[in-house]
Amino acid sequence: MGMTMSQKILAVHAEVDEVKAGQLIQTDINLVLGNDITSPIAIKEFSRIGLEHVFSRDKIAIVLDHFTPNKDIKAAQQCQMIREFVKEKGIINFFDVGEMGIEHVLLPEKGLIAPGELIIGADSHTCTYGALGAFATGVGSTDMAAAMATGKCWFKVPSALKFVLKGRPPHFVCGKDIILHIIGLIGVNGARYKSMEFSGEGLKYLSMDSRFTIANMAVEAGGKNGIFPVDDKTRDYLKTCLSEKFTIYEPDDDSSYEKVYEINLSSLRPTISLPHSPQNTVTVDEIGHTPIDQVVIGSCTNGRLEDLRTAAQILKGNKVAKNVRLIIIPGTQKIYLQALEENLIKTFIQAGAAVSTPTCGPCLGGHMGVLAKGERAVATTNRNFRGRMGHPESEVYLSNPAVAAASAITGIITDPEKIKKRPKLPF
Amino acid sequence: MKIKGKVIKYGDNVDTDAIIPARYLNTFNPKELAEHCFEGIDPSFREKVKPGDIIVAGHNFGSGSSREHAPLAIKAAGISCVLAKTFARIFYRNSINIGLSILECSQAAEDIKDRDEVEIDFSAGIIKNLSNNRLYQIETFPAFIQGIIRKGGLINYIKEAFNKEENRREK
Repeated sequence: MGMTMSQKILAVHAEVDEVKAGQLIQTDINLVLGNDITSPIAIKEFSRIGLEHVFSRDKIAIVLDHFTPNKDIKAAQQCQMIREFVKEKGIINFFDVGEMGIEHVLLPEKGLIAPGELIIGADSHTCTYGALGAFATGVGSTDMAAAMATGKCWFKVPSALKFVLKGRPPHFVCGKDIILHIIGLIGVNGARYKSMEFSGEGLKYLSMDSRFTIANMAVEAGGKNGIFPVDDKTRDYLKTCLSEKFTIYEPDDDSSYEKVYEINLSSLRPTISLPHSPQNTVTVDEIGHTPIDQVVIGSCTNGRLEDLRTAAQILKGNKVAKNVRLIIIPGTQKIYLQALEENLIKTFIQAGAAVSTPTCGPCLGGHMGVLAKGERAVATTNRNFRGRMGHPESEVYLSNPAVAAASAITGIITDPEKIKKRPKLPF
Repeated sequence: MKIKGKVIKYGDNVDTDAIIPARYLNTFNPKELAEHCFEGIDPSFREKVKPGDIIVAGHNFGSGSSREHAPLAIKAAGISCVLAKTFARIFYRNSINIGLSILECSQAAEDIKDRDEVEIDFSAGIIKNLSNNRLYQIETFPAFIQGIIRKGGLINYIKEAFNKEENRREK
């Protein structure tokens, strides 16, 4: 029996010819990642091992992105602890305020992710890098500590679900709608412990930014990883950020999947997850009258340039509704700068949005847009669990950036097709 | 090893934001985290939890974020074991790595009710519901994971491996 794409990458890194689903293996890793929430525990646990050095100075990445620029004294002290550790151990890939971005948007841009690599991160959305044909998965802080010491990690080899994407997505349907549709289909438990492998001719219509969004939310279906084959779009993207050579792995022809799903992209509509679970999906046509208080466009799911361009296209010449707060957060400094150069930021501010330096802040109810009791937000983020963005009695509706921008203008959850450009006045 | 405790029961898909909301992740002090454990979905948890209590839950317990603060908070709140139908994978790893006892047993997790008294005999592999004397067989962990559990977590396991390597080199 052949291996899936994920299994092949795992086998190579375990230095064995073959692995089977369910098998426990130990593998080498190419990169271990931590952030300002998960690294402090990892540092404490690393110190318990009693080693002077980390296994590699350039195969560890630490990004201070969650509660930064620091939201309070305790958060500041956690970052201070990390800065000291980074300095002491000589960790090279450290990104602090000013050059920092949201980790999963930043690392590919920095050329730290290559196809065929095995990446672990003490952050559940580490699975984002599967968009580049890497095996990437989230772990905890203790796993991060162990990996910083040994350069290795243990895994149970996952079985896989295959998603064959067919056809061309209609206007205003992007990666977010595809992954929300899939989570609605299989549930938040549907891919638990499994790989989600994406394939099919429909891939050619998906930008890299859309693929990052899809792989990013594999964990929301319970998936261990989400992974895409490497095609011309991937190669073109990598030319902009990666100088080293890489190996491409493809699934064997006779690889076995637990289940194969065919997703007809041309029949999808902008999709929204209702509170309090990403699996509670409806299309924008089914949503009904839903007034909102806040809109967040950003996060490791939808804080990329394509997302900002889409939002700007809808916001241009329009105003955010009087009773709505629109917060827009570019994913990295590079994206922020590009958005400035393309005048997207100008469009946002003219529309009445607040624009921030990169941070995960509001997505997890940390800072920069915490919700009060009874408030309702539309967010391009990844989780709408109870209390995720603030008060336990607040609500989060997950959507794509087009729906989020359109909803900010009308104050109710809105189909972006219904937003008309304001006619230019003759004077 | 045997433990005995009263059950606090939850449903499916208990997520890490429900276990410990992210706004408290500006610390990793287990005692501070325990103060806010299950705050969002069960504000009465802090009052009712007694040392040794057992959480029983449905599918996909611990879904969501990778925060190790979740099992740390549960452990520091005095919970002796989490028994669920299934666990989300990062929560599962984290619990093993930090030494929080977890068990998967669908039938037991289905049958056992809130406030039942339950005894778990890890050596014999038996869960006993003392409220109605029903018995359930525990599914054993793979040997590699049992090794981590025996050593009291992943760090101790690695420390021992490093020490062995050092001793071998010295010889």
